[in-house]
Amino acid sequence: MRPPIEDVFRLAPEIVLCFTGILIMLVDPFVSAKNKKFMGWVGFAGAVVALASIFEAARHQGAAYGGLILTDHFSLYMHAVVIGAAALAILGSFTYLEREKLVRGEYYSLILFATAGMGILCGAGELVTAFIGLEMSSISSYILAGFRRDAIKSNEASLKYFLLGSFATAFFLYGTAMVYGATGTTRFEGIENAVARPGAGTLLVLGLVLLFAGLGFKIVAAPFQIYAPDVYEGAPTPVSALLASGPKAATFAVMLRIFYVAFGGSNSIWYWAIWIAAVLSMCVGNFGALVQTNVKRMLAYSSIAHAGYILVAFAASTKLGIAAVLFYLAAYALMKLGAFVAVAHLGGAGEKRLDIKDYAGLSTQQPWLAACFALFLFSLLGIPGTGGFLGKFYAFQAPLLAAREVTAMASPHVASSLVWLVIIAALNSVVGAYYYLRVIVSMYFWEAQKEFAPLEVSPSVTFVLMIAAAGTIYLGLFPNQVMSFAQLSALSLH
Amino acid sequence: MGQNHLLSVLIFLPLVGSLAVLLLGRDDHEWVRRLALATSIAEFVISLFLLRGFDMGSGAYQLEEFHRWISSPPIHYHLGIDGISLFLVLLSTFLTPFAILCSWTSIHVRVKEFFIMLLVLETGMIGVFVALDLFLFFLFWEVMLLPMYFLIGIWGHDRKIYAALKFILYTMAGSILMLVAIVWLYGLTGSFDLPEIQMKLQRSIVMLPAGTELLLFGAFFLAFAIKVPIFPVHTWLPDAHTEAPTAGSVILAGVLLKMGTYGMLRFCLPLFPDAAHRMAPYIAVLAIIGIIYGALVATVQHDLKRLVAYTSISHLGFVVLGIFAFSNISIQGAIYQMLSHGISTGGLFLAVGMLYDRRHTHEIKEFGGLATPMPVFASLFLFICFSSLALPLLNGFVGEFLILTGTWQRHASWAAWAATGSILSAVYLLWAYQRVVWGEVTVEKNKTLPDASTRERLILALICLLALFMGVASPLFTRRMEATSQNLLQQMQRNRAYDARGAAPAGMPEHCDMPAMAAAPALASAQVARHDSVPERRAQN
Repeated sequence: MRPPIEDVFRLAPEIVLCFTGILIMLVDPFVSAKNKKFMGWVGFAGAVVALASIFEAARHQGAAYGGLILTDHFSLYMHAVVIGAAALAILGSFTYLEREKLVRGEYYSLILFATAGMGILCGAGELVTAFIGLEMSSISSYILAGFRRDAIKSNEASLKYFLLGSFATAFFLYGTAMVYGATGTTRFEGIENAVARPGAGTLLVLGLVLLFAGLGFKIVAAPFQIYAPDVYEGAPTPVSALLASGPKAATFAVMLRIFYVAFGGSNSIWYWAIWIAAVLSMCVGNFGALVQTNVKRMLAYSSIAHAGYILVAFAASTKLGIAAVLFYLAAYALMKLGAFVAVAHLGGAGEKRLDIKDYAGLSTQQPWLAACFALFLFSLLGIPGTGGFLGKFYAFQAPLLAAREVTAMASPHVASSLVWLVIIAALNSVVGAYYYLRVIVSMYFWEAQKEFAPLEVSPSVTFVLMIAAAGTIYLGLFPNQVMSFAQLSALSLH
Repeated sequence: MGQNHLLSVLIFLPLVGSLAVLLLGRDDHEWVRRLALATSIAEFVISLFLLRGFDMGSGAYQLEEFHRWISSPPIHYHLGIDGISLFLVLLSTFLTPFAILCSWTSIHVRVKEFFIMLLVLETGMIGVFVALDLFLFFLFWEVMLLPMYFLIGIWGHDRKIYAALKFILYTMAGSILMLVAIVWLYGLTGSFDLPEIQMKLQRSIVMLPAGTELLLFGAFFLAFAIKVPIFPVHTWLPDAHTEAPTAGSVILAGVLLKMGTYGMLRFCLPLFPDAAHRMAPYIAVLAIIGIIYGALVATVQHDLKRLVAYTSISHLGFVVLGIFAFSNISIQGAIYQMLSHGISTGGLFLAVGMLYDRRHTHEIKEFGGLATPMPVFASLFLFICFSSLALPLLNGFVGEFLILTGTWQRHASWAAWAATGSILSAVYLLWAYQRVVWGEVTVEKNKTLPDASTRERLILALICLLALFMGVASPLFTRRMEATSQNLLQQMQRNRAYDARGAAPAGMPEHCDMPAMAAAPALASAQVARHDSVPERRAQN
């Protein structure tokens, strides 16, 4: 039986991304070295068209390919986040690649393929499809992480990412097999029905644990976070920007589907796993970041901490919790991308200017750039008026409200653990304030010591920073539209 | 109800002014200063219209503004003032021009950014005082930290970075739990709107279990206690005050500290009255420790600015004591003391800043005998010292007197201990004054110091005039606070009616047999309307 034509539209973003990626690969060998830049614009155009094609997909909502891919509000929302992040990352790479003499077409193809994989993750309706999406995005990212072939750190990043990443995906696959063994299906609804029946037992729990390990790696949650600082530090900075925003968002999407839909009826199995992972991630991330001197490493640790905050919302196990996760992911993608793109620009040729001390006096040299970077840091810190604050606000709100419902159902144990989770998260965000403020201190309070010549900000970087900054403030002051869409998406998960 | 946009104008005018300053050229210092000053004076003038629109007979929120903002969860842009916030808004708008004036020549680097920060700070301060939505309040509360952080960190003195970080981390650590409490309260009441929450709690639509109430009270109180600061959490204050530029210290001491005590009056008391009653004795002890400890530590300081900083701990201890004595008079006294501390300590910091501009030091031993080269300055400085140490006929006296009187009626021993602070304040201020201004000129450089310039004379004289005015015309102020403080106490009583330990000291007659001094009219009128016989004004709202 041939799939109906509608399915093509449902998969439109991925199709556009893959075709553009292949096109670049095909055309690239015939383009002379000095015109390679042009490939970047093709890649950006591909991402923008893919972004636009989400609207086309939105007109054909439903299950594609017999339920392998689900095109619902949830999937559409996450597509917008992931592809938007990719588009900004591509745009933010132009001058970086030129400066590092890395201008090659395959860079953009790889980003597009990775994005397509993330898109599949967001829409996956069963475990094997999710695995394919995971692999697509992972393999492309391994290569991207090592794209600075001459830099040892970049090689190290790629190798580490690859080795540990293969383990993670293997865990995921193994978990899939076990769940299949226990339930006889890999579809989320099928698993949901099977879980509801009594006697599924150990195999299912073991499968879930392995799935969590595989996914935990991609969302950079502790205790699966070990690789992150090295990889984020070694990878070309625009790639770090993408890695920190895109795959994390996509993996959270599939995680929501697996945990809330497939295993939704039995959150008692996974609640404590999430709880512990959340606390560990926040503590490891924030305390780890305190002692970093390299900005990229600091942002990597902050990425771990933020995974923890998102898991706090995740632990709420309510629709509001899902909406909070979704909102957080959008805000997080914007501010993290903005921060990394600013770092990419400031790094200078060969990424030499990465130490926090090197930013001394930046506010006098380049006030606008410093102001943008400060805005992203304040947003990561959670100052009201920024998207990061509202993300945190929703993330705190969901478990607290859930705690009240749980109390009504008379299980004070879980209720108090939820409240404690929020309190731990709140205290952690104060710890976080310290290291974000250190960068501000360096940029604004110190006089320049080593003389770094101010780098002219190229239009493409300016554009990315402006979009990210405007988005961060927009989400912070006028969250209504995004939040109502996030809530709609949360409702579409069932 | 027709919407009055006066409060919104007050919030956003400085922000607009700061944007206008942003558009000026980098080196256009003169125009930057003028524009900033013009904005802040315009702001002050506009804020005077509040007095006209304010109905002093009502204890309810006035000049309210209400707009939908965030739909999920329901958060509103809700503004309003009452007798507590009215004068704090005026205090903010009054002190900002002084902060700008005193920085006229002492700020040389990054002039534009400095005045932008000051104006943004003003927006934040006004916002904190007029926000009636808990979320909106928290937004202003946190956002306001940033300009102050930059003011200390960029234009501060030697240990500015340490002080700036300490300031912001302390405050954030305190307020983050308040955020959790705000969300928790939303979970309980379904609203972020302060009047709505108050109504629900009062009419027992929502009942807070005693344990929950205590926790919520604790979370709010900690945030405010750090801001005030109350004794064990005060350590950020001396550093921040000492390292901040003069304008920063003036605003910090004049307005920012009041946000803590304002928060207690606005949130802790009406929302969690039982917890407040339960904790009051402990808090009073901390306040008294603060009064005496602050005064003693101030006495032994050799740094003039640090000395003034410690006086704040002592004076704010009075305010906290007045609030937690829960008597109509003491609460009015607390509000009054907040204003008068803003004026007199603001004045002290301004004076100290003028000395610093001349000698670039705060060390007391570097000065001495300043009366000879700077006679005008010396006399104005003395006047401000008097106002700070609560000399009768000046502003400081009214506040302290009302607080001590009100507290005495409830807890005589608290008042007795606190009264020692009044004596000590004379000790540290006069002793410091004596060492700085009287005697022989010991340091050669001081012989040729110029006396106060016209600008400086204007600044100090205005402060002195206001101090005198507040000292002799206190009824003009207290009449406007009265209805609110009665209303506040009444709310607390009503809540306690549901309490098992309902035998509250509400019925206790408030004896008032003090001599008729400057404060007498206020006291008399306060006595007429005892809070157990207040007409139901609130019901009209």
